[in-house]
Amino acid sequence: MAQPTRIGGNALLALVLGLPILAGLAGTILPAFGYLPALGGLRVTLAHFAELAGQPHILRSVLTGLAAGLLTTVAATAVVGTFVAGFAGTRPFARIQHLVSPLLAVPHAAAAFALAFLVAPSGFLLRLISPEVTGFTRPPDWLLPNDPFALTMIAGLIAKEVPFLFLVTLAALPQLAVTRASRLAAALGYGRVAGFTICLWPALYRQIRLPVFAVLVYSVSVVDVAMILGPKLPPTLPVRVTQWAGNDDLGARFLASAGAFLQLGIVVAAMASWIALERIGKAVLARLTFSGRRFARDGALRAAGALAMTTCTVTIFAGLSLLSIWSVAGLWPFPDVLPASLTPNTWMRTLPQLWAPLGTTVALALSASSLALVFAILLLYRNGIAGGGKNAAGYRLLYLPLLVPEISFVFGLQVLMLSAGLTPGFASVLAVHFVFVLPYVLLSLSAPWREVDPRFEKIAAGFGKPALKILLTVRLPLLFRACLTALAVGFAVSVSLYLPTLLIGSGRLTTITTEAVALSSGGDRRVIGIYALVQGLLPFLAFLVASLGPQLLFRNRRAMRT
Amino acid sequence: MQENAGSEYQIKTGCLTLSEVTIGLGGRALLTISAAVAPGEVLTIMGPSGSGKSTLLAFAGGFLDPAFDVSGRILIDGKDLTAVPANRRHAGILFQDPLLFPHLSVGGNIVFAIAPTVKGRAARRRLADAALDEVGLTGFFDRDPDTLSGGQKARVALQRVLVSAPRFLLLDEPFSNLDAALRQQTRELVFSKARAAGLPTILVTHDSADAEAAGGRVIEIGMEEQA
Repeated sequence: MAQPTRIGGNALLALVLGLPILAGLAGTILPAFGYLPALGGLRVTLAHFAELAGQPHILRSVLTGLAAGLLTTVAATAVVGTFVAGFAGTRPFARIQHLVSPLLAVPHAAAAFALAFLVAPSGFLLRLISPEVTGFTRPPDWLLPNDPFALTMIAGLIAKEVPFLFLVTLAALPQLAVTRASRLAAALGYGRVAGFTICLWPALYRQIRLPVFAVLVYSVSVVDVAMILGPKLPPTLPVRVTQWAGNDDLGARFLASAGAFLQLGIVVAAMASWIALERIGKAVLARLTFSGRRFARDGALRAAGALAMTTCTVTIFAGLSLLSIWSVAGLWPFPDVLPASLTPNTWMRTLPQLWAPLGTTVALALSASSLALVFAILLLYRNGIAGGGKNAAGYRLLYLPLLVPEISFVFGLQVLMLSAGLTPGFASVLAVHFVFVLPYVLLSLSAPWREVDPRFEKIAAGFGKPALKILLTVRLPLLFRACLTALAVGFAVSVSLYLPTLLIGSGRLTTITTEAVALSSGGDRRVIGIYALVQGLLPFLAFLVASLGPQLLFRNRRAMRT
Repeated sequence: MQENAGSEYQIKTGCLTLSEVTIGLGGRALLTISAAVAPGEVLTIMGPSGSGKSTLLAFAGGFLDPAFDVSGRILIDGKDLTAVPANRRHAGILFQDPLLFPHLSVGGNIVFAIAPTVKGRAARRRLADAALDEVGLTGFFDRDPDTLSGGQKARVALQRVLVSAPRFLLLDEPFSNLDAALRQQTRELVFSKARAAGLPTILVTHDSADAEAAGGRVIEIGMEEQA
């Protein structure tokens, strides 16, 4: 087929994703060294780094975030690796797969609230065993969920990153000869986990390496989960940078820039540590392989993997149910497992304030995902990432926004915007949402795009249809379901965005997500329940519409409904 | 690879002409063909998979993968089509599968193929209904293609190609996925229609029964490459 020969799909993608990131980084780095003419900074200086170093407990903030991110990534990779090694190709594997997939749609903030409501001193878990086991008749004075070692935050991050890594792994598995290799290993007497690790893990890991790095960067730099579950005195560095960036004293922006630049360094350090861990893991695996040990009895390890996977799922779903109970709870004194009465009062009281942020959230998510879908179609049509498979340059480009810490470039974008005199508002927030949504929409659409039988288009071309008409009347209708799914994915991503909405909107654009996170410090539990529940449900609604759309529109076309 | 039908090769009007078409892959020549196919005539290219016969069809249709290097020309009615893009060649193609568009009705599939020069909803609908009548599918206009039997789908696919008023037909093993009884019927239908429409036709197949049923010249290719 004649391909347009102007600017290629990948070049366009690099431009759209790379430009805002580079501009954002520049907007962070220049003020960090004192250069920000709009605020009178004209001299290059290291004073702001000195100021940063002088902040109380700054080292602790840095180290907690770094350690939490590394631990999360190690744990999530280990859980997914053990589970996949122990169960790939078995029946429970398929079952867990269906349970885990919807978890991906739950926004980080909603998942964090779900966990918080479970583990808090007055939370559900303790109520379950109080006062019978613990003897508590009043909530104990524990520093939970905001424990100083960030353990709750790590748990929350693991629960959300495990589903992501698992689904990425599922996508990579078909390219490996799982059955053959595991039979071979079993015939040699290896246990399931050991056989998989020796025969298949290196190849599998190569395929999921970029997503693992994305998890690492995200966990090291996370803001919303850290605000809800993370330590308070002091918070992790990204949270502190966010606070400085929102400071009314404009001078604090220099400090925030220095902090955002430092965060960039922390991410680099985290990546270096991860690469070192990879080396160590490789050496250990080589030794194990060489030793010939079989590890035939790995039942306990497999069970642990399955248990960890299930726990992630159950935790989030139980927590979400708990949120919904809190939203309608009447009086609910401490050791009672369930509220004494149910009441719609909280909903009635909250709804009037909920509509405006809900409207903004939906409008943002719909426009960002639609724009991203149109752009994704344009890119794929111009032979963007569609051609080269998983290791093509275009595919790797998609991970660009996920490998640069949000705080470091989004903050810079805010600085640039303010310097340029742009008013923060819907359009600017939409633009930054688009940058975050596009990679996911593209990832979601590119596989179905490649799978369309090319002969349909050849037939249409034989009928004399021009290329654009073939796109609109043949390819896109055939991809109707995939387009709706990509829209839902984009919608879910946009709904979950906290930091970009907060920083680029400069607090003037309130979404369900910014509102929910703002409520997290000392808000009413029942109101938080409503906001977190609405935030958690929005993506599911989007996926529901995406699955019903083809049923309704193609009621009389059997092949289009499956 | 061999020189085929070289003696018959001459440019005639109304003919589909392959002029010294050489198909190579990675520096190796797969086949060279020169042939003229008269209106209503079927030229059968027979060869095993990997012999380059599908590539030849892709070349004729204008869908060639750039990985192949091809020299030679394709002409219809003496006009050179070699550089004409697929959507201006008017090549009617039938593949192994009927490939009815699943999002359109049976009638929608046919109307989609009717040239835009036929104006007006009523006229286009009439043409589509007539095309369905011709193959015993009266009243099938609004049906979901997925609910049709294999033979019915094959007939819709054939009529869809014919209403598009193609200048020549390219058949890519169109009978190989049909069961034996249906295959015989469909062959007869396709060849008689192609003949009646006066279309020069190229059929590629690995089934010698197809070649016999086509009743035209047969060029065998790539036999020596089968190891």
